Amino acid sequence: MRDEIRQIVQQHGRLGVEMSSLSDVADLYDAGLSSHASITLMLALEEHFDLEFPERLLRRRTFESVAAIQLAIEELSSLRAPSR
Amino acid sequence: MAIPSGLEVALGASLHPGDLAQVVRRIADEVAGPAAAEVDLEARFPEQSLTALKSERLLGALVPVSLGGLGATISDIANACETLAQRCASTALIYAMHQIQVHCLVRHSHHSTLLRQYLTRIAEQQLLLASATTETGVGGDVRTSRCSVTLDGNTFLLDKNAGVISYGVNADGILATARRTPEAASGDQVLVLCTSDGTSLERTATWDTLGFRGTCSEGYQLRSRGPAEHVLPESFALISALTMLPTSHVLWTSVWLGIATDAVNRARAYLRSESRKEPGHLPAGALRLAEAVSALQTMRATLRDALQEYERAMEDPEALSAMGFALRMNNLKLAGARLVVEIVSETMRVTGITGYRRDSRYSVERHLRDAYGAGLMISDDRIYGANAAMLLVAKDA
Repeated sequence: MRDEIRQIVQQHGRLGVEMSSLSDVADLYDAGLSSHASITLMLALEEHFDLEFPERLLRRRTFESVAAIQLAIEELSSLRAPSR
Repeated sequence: MAIPSGLEVALGASLHPGDLAQVVRRIADEVAGPAAAEVDLEARFPEQSLTALKSERLLGALVPVSLGGLGATISDIANACETLAQRCASTALIYAMHQIQVHCLVRHSHHSTLLRQYLTRIAEQQLLLASATTETGVGGDVRTSRCSVTLDGNTFLLDKNAGVISYGVNADGILATARRTPEAASGDQVLVLCTSDGTSLERTATWDTLGFRGTCSEGYQLRSRGPAEHVLPESFALISALTMLPTSHVLWTSVWLGIATDAVNRARAYLRSESRKEPGHLPAGALRLAEAVSALQTMRATLRDALQEYERAMEDPEALSAMGFALRMNNLKLAGARLVVEIVSETMRVTGITGYRRDSRYSVERHLRDAYGAGLMISDDRIYGANAAMLLVAKDA
């Protein structure tokens, strides 16, 4: 999943640096993730992982690093697992 | 020797909002109001108003008491902006812009001794702060910079083509945005305190505008050097989300509310005098006034609601960085900018040619000219665009 997230961030984050130079905990906003690009990123993540970020997760911290994004996606996936 | 003012006597250790409101009211009525027409006509800095505000220590109002300030809340400042704007919108907007900068410093300088010392100086010496967030060549997007900070040992260097620095030459310090390093992405910005002793301003654009003429928002090439510690440690993105954006929107809207309130008061006074001429007869324009007052109430309620939410969330970075919060603050700005034009236009219809005149006590022509500035300081379309993007993912906004 981590690689998928990294690829989506690379594709939609419009960062000023190469994704390969960033660790999983590196701050994506410091790497140039704008608020506008972060929305494109959210939509791409929702599409790819077939989920919706609820309002409570729509805040800066949720998308501040690859690790943070993974945490949020894992949480959302585990929530919907029983209904599948 | 100056006579001790009411505020200083009453203050002691902490601030009584009622006293602050009273002192601001007096400055608005006795100093800002009488000079307003000339400030507007000549597009000059409202020197007298600022001197009066300084003499009452009001430039340090937001600085905590522990650093020598008055420890006012953002609601106190919002009230002050509204009161000042009822007499001179340029004075009010300058006061608002100054407090926005001070608020950023107060809330984002905790780990810097130098910046804390500077806050003490703001309170002690009543320093005036300006802002250089716009830059020529980035299309009005304050979240993008071309210029960057360069570090030379413990010294920062900055050279910025700032499209607008309101009252730049009258300021003692300027908070400027720039990329963090020459290699940084355009959105990787920091906020830098440029103090007047290390800063030169070369004028590149004049300010001869429809309204807010006294803000002297000229363009400058800003060149500055100073201690590296004057680069605020947190990213501008964070400072913007947690402080600059919400503080700007509530204080700007307070200024616009003051403009609208005074225009409505003038229209009301005009109608009263008209109806005395023909008692028992509802004067033409009375319905327009009723409409304007209704819109004014909406505007006031919208501002109060946003202020309450902001003050509740003030110490909670999670709440402040939530998308819903940003949407609501943006909506405050959009509603305020729209309503001020709507309300003042209505008062122009109420007062007719009398309000259209410059030389009438019921004149609302300056109000109307100032009101049109509201939708342009950060263009409404840019904010609608940001909201439209957020609404693609927002769920309950």
